[in-house]
Amino acid sequence: MRVYEVLFIVAPNTEESDIESLVAQMSEVATNQGAEVAKVDRMGRRRLAYPIQKFNEGHYVVLTVEGTGAEIAEVERRMRVTDAIIRYLTIRIDEDLKRADKFRARRSARSTAGSPRRSRDARDRDVRGRMAEVEVTEEEGEEL
Amino acid sequence: MSSDSRDRDNDRREGRGGRGGGRRYVRARRSCRFCADKIDYIDYKDGKLLSGYIPERGKILPRRISGTCAPHQRMLATAIKRARNAAILPFATD
Repeated sequence: MRVYEVLFIVAPNTEESDIESLVAQMSEVATNQGAEVAKVDRMGRRRLAYPIQKFNEGHYVVLTVEGTGAEIAEVERRMRVTDAIIRYLTIRIDEDLKRADKFRARRSARSTAGSPRRSRDARDRDVRGRMAEVEVTEEEGEEL
Repeated sequence: MSSDSRDRDNDRREGRGGRGGGRRYVRARRSCRFCADKIDYIDYKDGKLLSGYIPERGKILPRRISGTCAPHQRMLATAIKRARNAAILPFATD
């Protein structure tokens, strides 16, 4: 199972009710294809960092979709043909989330195991500090 | 080759804002802020966080200046690139 984050930007001149139906429509497309919409995040009206189709603002919507990946193609096709959607971006996040979980697990394991790792970190920092100092002296020697 | 390394040195000094008296060479911030804050995933939608890593021109701040560790710098770079496509961050500003 893959997890995707589908972000799309709706044109600012769209009615609130139309945005609502657009979000429902996109979720429906995904579910009809067999995917599951885990979360709908309406980020609201935001300023765009640069104009898109001469719009300076847009309504941001983020859907978190769980599926095989084939559904995304259909959702993207629908977004492409919908004029009110001025930009979309799909990102696969399951691998990143898994990695984040791994890091978190490793960290909690370390904190319960005790302090040997911490002392190594401290030693590292020490060595690095000394190296930086060496760099400084070398640099100054060069100047002279 | 020698001129090359000279350029880099100049660059480095500028980036750290090493101006003024005594010591010319200001040491960089040697800590990764993401490691310190225990951030495992850099979200591209967090424009406020990312904007701290793009100087006026809109470029990605090199890690020799920010002190970010390599894994986090990679994450940061992809996040910034994604944010640009989502119009959260600019591609270029002047």
